[in-house]
Amino acid sequence: MRRRLLRWFARRPAASGGALAAPGLLWVAAFFLAPIAVMLGYSVRERGLYGGVAPGLTLEHYGRFLEPLYLEVLGRTVLWALVTTAACLLLGYPVAYVIARAKRWRQILLFLVILPFWTSFLVRMFAMIFLLRDTGLVNTLLQRLGLTTDPIQLLYTPGAVLIGMVYGFLPLMVLPIYASLEKLDDSLLEAAEVLGANGPTRFARVVWPLSLPGVVAGCLLTFIPALGSFVPSDLLGGAKQVMIGNLIQNQFTAARNWPFGSAAAFAMMALVLVAVVGYLRRRDAREVVG
Amino acid sequence: MTRRFSRWLVASAALVYLFLHAPVLALMVFSFNDSKFSASWMGFTLEWYRRLVERDDILLGLGRSLAIGLGATVVATGLGTLLALAFHRHRFPGKRAAESLLYLAIVTPEIIMGISLLAAFVAVGFSLGTLTVAIAHVTFSISFVAVVVGARLRGMDRNLEEAAMMLGADEWEAFWKVTVPSLMPGIVAGALLAFTMSFDDYVITSFVAGPGSSTLPLVVYGMVRRNIEPSINAISTLIVVITSLLIYLADRSMRRSAR
Repeated sequence: MRRRLLRWFARRPAASGGALAAPGLLWVAAFFLAPIAVMLGYSVRERGLYGGVAPGLTLEHYGRFLEPLYLEVLGRTVLWALVTTAACLLLGYPVAYVIARAKRWRQILLFLVILPFWTSFLVRMFAMIFLLRDTGLVNTLLQRLGLTTDPIQLLYTPGAVLIGMVYGFLPLMVLPIYASLEKLDDSLLEAAEVLGANGPTRFARVVWPLSLPGVVAGCLLTFIPALGSFVPSDLLGGAKQVMIGNLIQNQFTAARNWPFGSAAAFAMMALVLVAVVGYLRRRDAREVVG
Repeated sequence: MTRRFSRWLVASAALVYLFLHAPVLALMVFSFNDSKFSASWMGFTLEWYRRLVERDDILLGLGRSLAIGLGATVVATGLGTLLALAFHRHRFPGKRAAESLLYLAIVTPEIIMGISLLAAFVAVGFSLGTLTVAIAHVTFSISFVAVVVGARLRGMDRNLEEAAMMLGADEWEAFWKVTVPSLMPGIVAGALLAFTMSFDDYVITSFVAGPGSSTLPLVVYGMVRRNIEPSINAISTLIVVITSLLIYLADRSMRRSAR
């Protein structure tokens, strides 16, 4: 029996690949793709009385985005995600570069970036609260040093949300940049030096262009979760200035307007898809060329 | 690079490392501080840890998180490993689309995964509870397991399997006696990461957990939102210690497999 089965698969290589992939793909199709289709379905339904959906199709939930209130939320979300990404690039690039050039310390330096990547996001946000609240470590230190007498309002400000997001997503920027810098061939730098290029020129003409794939991947990996986040703005911003994530979460919990929440989520998903497809096409084009 | 430039570079990297690690370290140190409100050091105490043990919600949440984590890890590791084998060892129609689907699952914001699963469970009348949480955790872990095991497969020598088959083993025996043992470090790393993600997840779980199925992160989130007390420092410290250990083991397992 076993031999016959094996022989059957040996003659059909595509079938064995398919058979191995099928359980996992079915799972992802059932619990990832299908739910997104359901969500899309919800987004064009009328809102029901008690939080459900009513019969009838409508596009009004998408139309609501054009109201000034929601345009403001959308604009703030995109702006904060962009600022977070830029700050992460600025802080993360030197770290990635130092890890890639390190010899003896490389493994431990790398581990020190991987560790926060996997450490509970919730715990890390709480650590920020612990630093920034009125009786927190920063205010306590400032008062001890005599720089202020009363605590400064740090928590529940847009600044706190941005610091929290940078703190939370920074490892996502460092790791891909490191991966592309690690492949950088030393002899290229030596060649540039021999040809008379000074430090900044070597960086601008050799290091930066070769690290660009990692930079693009890192920016994407930072921008997408920043765009979709609601925990930092909820915990550190006190939910005073909401992002799309807070809006969606609220529609699915307190406000119980699932169709509008679904429309907002689908709008976010569309942004993500555009970014990912653009990235993949660019990468594939690069592979064909190089 | 000029020496001054590289010194400046190292200094800025050191500051970023401080930014990455100081907050959690401070949190951990002050979990032993003998003061309810102050962030000044008032002496050593284990009081906040003792209070954790007295709280039923934390113990129940911890139990649920461990059970869900173990179940989800077993399923996700099995499915993810099979996917990695299919992608790296075989050709089949729709392979590129299938790979893109897995990457899409990785980059999709958690909130979208959470609410779409919630909408789907409600649409088919599936009641929310421990099982829906476990299903969600398997879903977001599969892709990561597939990527990690795939990395190990890429570095593996196929000659051993071919040698085994030349010596008379059929594919089945070669798979269990040669492929699986040499793939083990990747599988272990994938499983450890899957467990860590399950153990830490708040966003997705918050949507698909029903009443009475709160995991540890949900309990902690409630504590953080209600009032800030040093017990949160204590439970955070325990979470960080547990996950750091898991990540250290996963990292070691992966690095051994790279050798």
